[in-house]
Amino acid sequence: MSTPVVQVSMLHREFGDKIALRNVSLTIPEGCVYGLVGGNGAGKTTLIRHVLGLYRPQFGDVRLFGLDPCAVPEQVLARLGYLSEDRDLPLWMRVDELIGYTRAFYPRWDGPFAEELLVAFDLPRTQRVKSLSRGQLARLGLLLALAYRPDLLVLDEPSSGLDPIVRRDILGAVIRTVADEGRTVLFSSHLLDEVDRVADRVCMLHAGKVVLDDSVDAIKERYQRCTVRFPQASATPPVLTGATPLDTSPALAGGREWRYLLTGPISSLSADLAAAHAELLDETSASLDEVFVAASGGRT
Amino acid sequence: MRFDLSPSDGVPLYLQLIRRIQYEIAAGRLQPGEQLPSVRKLSEQLVVNPNTVVRAYRELEREGNLITRPGAGVYVSDTAPQLSRREQHARLVGEVDALLAHASDLEVGLEELLQLVRLRWRKGFGARSGGSEG
Repeated sequence: MSTPVVQVSMLHREFGDKIALRNVSLTIPEGCVYGLVGGNGAGKTTLIRHVLGLYRPQFGDVRLFGLDPCAVPEQVLARLGYLSEDRDLPLWMRVDELIGYTRAFYPRWDGPFAEELLVAFDLPRTQRVKSLSRGQLARLGLLLALAYRPDLLVLDEPSSGLDPIVRRDILGAVIRTVADEGRTVLFSSHLLDEVDRVADRVCMLHAGKVVLDDSVDAIKERYQRCTVRFPQASATPPVLTGATPLDTSPALAGGREWRYLLTGPISSLSADLAAAHAELLDETSASLDEVFVAASGGRT
Repeated sequence: MRFDLSPSDGVPLYLQLIRRIQYEIAAGRLQPGEQLPSVRKLSEQLVVNPNTVVRAYRELEREGNLITRPGAGVYVSDTAPQLSRREQHARLVGEVDALLAHASDLEVGLEELLQLVRLRWRKGFGARSGGSEG
């Protein structure tokens, strides 16, 4: 087994009396595109800051390439590309100046590749950074994070606040580097659609805890949604063993039909269905969205 | 190939891709011997993880739909199975069921639904597909 690119073990973090991360453990093997999802305040950014070595673990352990990012930041950061949500770039520089400036920090900087990206992203090389649009800033940030061909690419909400065209552009560039070089990527997002497209594996954080960590295909294959028709209408979803309600208030047939997410085989439901004189109407694969709503809803 | 995959659908993307390519072959829009886009190109075009395309191509190869010529690319196999009538029906059953469920939610009866289907068929779809119904 080669060393995982990222290894987080039993990481625990508190800010004052607020617990931001609770015993988080995860492993990102080489070549994996790892999607981190969760609502606001779930702990995504706190976790990423630990991975970058910006926070020192209070409890637990973080390793990148087998190294402690707080102990040997220069060895770790040289192999890591990072695009933050707020893309804090020096506003007074020109695009070409910023590229030249960043290049000086990285011995592995790939000039022709940077040039290729500059053209592909259609960035104006002589404009000042402060005059760029949000989309251009995101593209420039990604260029700077990719051009030294880092072993690990970390993207914190790469498409937040961007229109669909720029988002597709950014994701396309990430996919290109993955396809070409099998790069390892850790990215956080609140857009499940995006995670579904791009990630091999997805980890869901809820209230600082990992509630789900599996391959995207496995999650979809494991979880099924179904619709059940009951003889009487009700105001809240009837309880069924092994099924989490997807609706919290009557949505179908005036409260007689309810949608559920199944966490096991449909057969585990049959006794409950028979007892309630209920009928199974359909059964299909669940979307990531539904799995996550149920996974976080069931735990609050 | 011009199509998109829908992540919001519960079906894994590689399965959506497999079905889509099989459909294109069965419908004759992908011809035996025709080359498919490279993994890199298709994953970029669809904005999906390259492994999704790799997995779909691999399974399609195992089922005899595609063949890989090392160093040259992926092609539609000369013996790619065209769908039998029964298989074509099987493809449609799921969508018919979904349509029926939807109609039932809206309290649209079978006759009304069939009328609507015939109307849409006449509106041009039938002519385009060369059908004679209606």
